[in-house]
Amino acid sequence: MEGDLAHIGAGLAAIGSGAAAIGVGNVAGNFLAGALRNPSAAASQTATLFIGIAFAEALGIFAFLVSLLLMFAV
Amino acid sequence: MATETTGAVGTCVDSHGSAIGMPQLCFDWFPNQIFWLVVTLVVVFLVLSRVALPRIAAILAERKGTITNDLAAAEDLKAKAVEAEEAYNKALADARAEAQRIASEARAEIQADLDDAIAKADAEIAAKAAESEKAIAEIRAGALESIKLVAKDTATELVTALGGKADADAIAGAVDARMKG
Amino acid sequence: MASETTAAHGAEGAEHAAEGGSLVFHPMDQFIVKPLFGGDTIAWYTPTNVTLWMALAILAIIGLLVLSTSKRAIVPTRMQSIAELAYGFIYKMLEDICGKEGVKYFPYVMTLFMFIVTANFLGLLPMSFTTTSHFAVTVVLALAVFLTVTVLGFVKNGAGFLSLFWVSSAPLALRPILAIIELISYFVRPVSHSIRLAGNVMAGHAVIKVFAGFAAVAAISPVSVLAITAMYGLEVLVAFIQAYVFTILTCVYLKDALHPHH
Repeated sequence: MEGDLAHIGAGLAAIGSGAAAIGVGNVAGNFLAGALRNPSAAASQTATLFIGIAFAEALGIFAFLVSLLLMFAV
Repeated sequence: MATETTGAVGTCVDSHGSAIGMPQLCFDWFPNQIFWLVVTLVVVFLVLSRVALPRIAAILAERKGTITNDLAAAEDLKAKAVEAEEAYNKALADARAEAQRIASEARAEIQADLDDAIAKADAEIAAKAAESEKAIAEIRAGALESIKLVAKDTATELVTALGGKADADAIAGAVDARMKG
Repeated sequence: MASETTAAHGAEGAEHAAEGGSLVFHPMDQFIVKPLFGGDTIAWYTPTNVTLWMALAILAIIGLLVLSTSKRAIVPTRMQSIAELAYGFIYKMLEDICGKEGVKYFPYVMTLFMFIVTANFLGLLPMSFTTTSHFAVTVVLALAVFLTVTVLGFVKNGAGFLSLFWVSSAPLALRPILAIIELISYFVRPVSHSIRLAGNVMAGHAVIKVFAGFAAVAAISPVSVLAITAMYGLEVLVAFIQAYVFTILTCVYLKDALHPHH
């Protein structure tokens, strides 16, 4: 791997994965906080939880994809 | 040299069999993947919609039906049990009433018999008592007569022994007077 | 140093690393499409490892949903209860989100779910090929959902389907701007829908492969094996969750087509 600008860009893009991790943690943490306040409503909202996590996760995957593109396709 | 095992060497795979760039972005392979994916999806869809899903739905419906039937049967049996219990209670109450009736009848019969016997015994006792009274009166009369006789005789003997002359009429009068006193 | 092993990418990577002493190792090799019976070209009809693993997915689905229920037992066996569980899981999801009129699309949704979940799990077998890690596959799946939903929306609601983009609960001045945003987000749906699935699966597999490359270096191989184990556990979770998410988003999009009014 003789580094060039694309590799640096790939590394920078990988930061996005960490940002997505923050987002997913936020979703899950807030869900848990709400669920502990009102456990009876938690079961009905798990689908919403997963949709929320999926949306947050998708953006991290986009960052990861950009990183991969820079690594292998550019 | 790895071509016979790695297959296509071209824009996406180098001579070592390693990927050039991302294999996901190799457009040479897209038609192949899309074709087989469509075939797979059609097969899966046909299998699911023709065989698997109706069968599973039938199984679930059958189970639901069985459970519902069993519940209904249980309900039925429960109703029957309640009915049977009622019948039993009714029979018990009837039997108790019958027993009471029989007992009171028997008691009344016995009472009647007893009353009869008591009345008869009373009558007998009364008759016996009357008879006895009569006998006592007779005996008493007999006894008075005897005493009078004995008293007259004794008085006559006494008068004679004392040297007097026994006047029978006077003695009889005196004895009667004494007896009345 | 031509590697003669083609399927065993892990072994290949180890070989590379052991020979070179460094990590000359391509984590993306596992995603290469190869013809099954040799040959150079991959035409659209060539039987490839894609064909093989999709066929195995079909067999797995048949085994799980058809063979296991062949006895039609009232008291289910283990396999039959798995089939019933999968059926009930998707059926309830569809009914909860789309309501009663969504139920008639159940076979389509179930097809998507079963294909994705079996392909994901088969991809977790060592030395297997993961069909759902390819954009060609997931984009077709996502586009199928997107086109179905769009056509269905217009067939069911006519022009009323456009009210999906006209947020009537927002202030009037904001509505045109929101409409543009909604329109963009509507057309981004198939992109995120497909990339989410392929990206998650590919990322996990590539990370496992990277750790597998490290495993050839004696000093850190225990850590690397532990990391592979942990990642594998995460991947098992991801394999199911991504299939679930793909299906639930399909249901949500379907609901938009059936009831476009916010």
